[in-house]
Amino acid sequence: MKKFLPPLIPLVVVAVAIEAAVRRGALPSYLVPAPSAVLHALFESRGELAGAMAKTSAAAVVGFALSTLAGIAIAVLLSSSRAIQRAFYPYAVFFQTVPIIAIAPLLVIWFGYGMKTVIASAFIVSIFPVIANTLTGLLSTDPALRDLFRLYGASPGVTLFKLRFPAALPQILTGLRVASGLAVIGAIVGEFIGGQGLGSVVDIARTQQRVDKVFAAVLLASALGLALFGLINLISTATLRRWHASEAGQ
Amino acid sequence: MINVTNTTGTEAAGGVAIGLERVRRVFDNQFVVIEGMDLRIDAGEFLAVLGPSGCGKSTLLRTIARLSAPDGGRIVAEPDQFQAGFVFQDAHLLPWRTVLDNAALPLELMGAGREERYAKARTVLAQVGLAEAEERYPAQLSGGMRMRVSLARALVTEPRLLLLDEPFAALDEITRFNLEVQLRELWQRRGMTVIFVTHSISEAAFLANRAVVLARRGGRIKLDRRLDMPNDRTNDLRSDPRLGHEMKFLMGAMEEE
Repeated sequence: MKKFLPPLIPLVVVAVAIEAAVRRGALPSYLVPAPSAVLHALFESRGELAGAMAKTSAAAVVGFALSTLAGIAIAVLLSSSRAIQRAFYPYAVFFQTVPIIAIAPLLVIWFGYGMKTVIASAFIVSIFPVIANTLTGLLSTDPALRDLFRLYGASPGVTLFKLRFPAALPQILTGLRVASGLAVIGAIVGEFIGGQGLGSVVDIARTQQRVDKVFAAVLLASALGLALFGLINLISTATLRRWHASEAGQ
Repeated sequence: MINVTNTTGTEAAGGVAIGLERVRRVFDNQFVVIEGMDLRIDAGEFLAVLGPSGCGKSTLLRTIARLSAPDGGRIVAEPDQFQAGFVFQDAHLLPWRTVLDNAALPLELMGAGREERYAKARTVLAQVGLAEAEERYPAQLSGGMRMRVSLARALVTEPRLLLLDEPFAALDEITRFNLEVQLRELWQRRGMTVIFVTHSISEAAFLANRAVVLARRGGRIKLDRRLDMPNDRTNDLRSDPRLGHEMKFLMGAMEEE
């Protein structure tokens, strides 16, 4: 409870303030709906929103899982030689700079309307932090420990799995934290253009001037992002608790 | 030909003899760190290598450990194939592994089975006084304990050559004194060859049977001296005039440039 109470206090204060402002007419409800109206919309459209939430969750989780696997694999490959790094890293940076909203229509052309486009969007937006952080971690291995592994004849594979990868774990998890939020954003953007889910609910509600429903969907998307972030935090605590300062004393 | 004798007179199978012949090490094709070094180290000898920072002590150690190849000359060893142990300036443990798993790491990398490596790791941990700490993680240990795990890790393969690169430099004096006594006892028991790099004159004089002092540039040997000290060394010896006498020689060589 001690952990959850501090962030709840500002939320309740802001919600009460907005509720009061809307009821007194100081804040037009077509711009910002009263929190009670958002809760009502959540309840009223619960069936539709639950279905949309399930679709967005599936796409974001699959996109995030793919960017985790591919991102780590690409980082391992890039870390294997300076020449490979110089040749391919700029293309990895491309994924960070690409304006997803601009290429989303292309994704629809390639993958059609539906889940594949949404997953591709989540994947493209979330892969770069995984690559960048994993690569930094893999390249920061203590040179003395690398010497130690060489002294005892460890192969590159053994060195990767028993030294470089565990040593890079704190950075990898940092990358995954950032990527988890981005995967949800990517999925929502993908749904705006070519899918069903919270993104399309937002898009349709917007055209119907249903600001309360837009907020209800955004609230659920944020909850999804927080849940993914929390999952990575749990993994981080379980794996780093005993040895890394970032999780010490948790 | 290297003189393969055991200078300790203890376990005859212990050490490896090392010979450096005109060894040269250059960094980035321009910085000459070691130039034409000749040095012979007998099997089972305890050699201290002294010198100012940047004189090539650590480079020499890495080259002898075959972690980097010389750019000129050669290093011969007898026997040619041997296992070395290396202790770094800091403990450099794997923080995600327990003390036992850290101490057993070299055997694991060499393909030893779980039972064998744990049995041997427990033996060396007991020898360095850490039998009770095997389930702890490095973050739960003091600096001195971490360094003892590092020493146990280097000894677990029963190396014939133990290389130490200023291992106790970061420790408080009492911990350092006790570890020095412990290292000396382990050397006497095992009869391995020890090369101990340090910039501490008192540490070199207390620990070693022979000391070489390197010049600031090019790894030139300014002094090569057999230390006139008793074989058994306890902390009582630290106030012995013989230690002061040897330190004077080493200090003289360190100061002249």
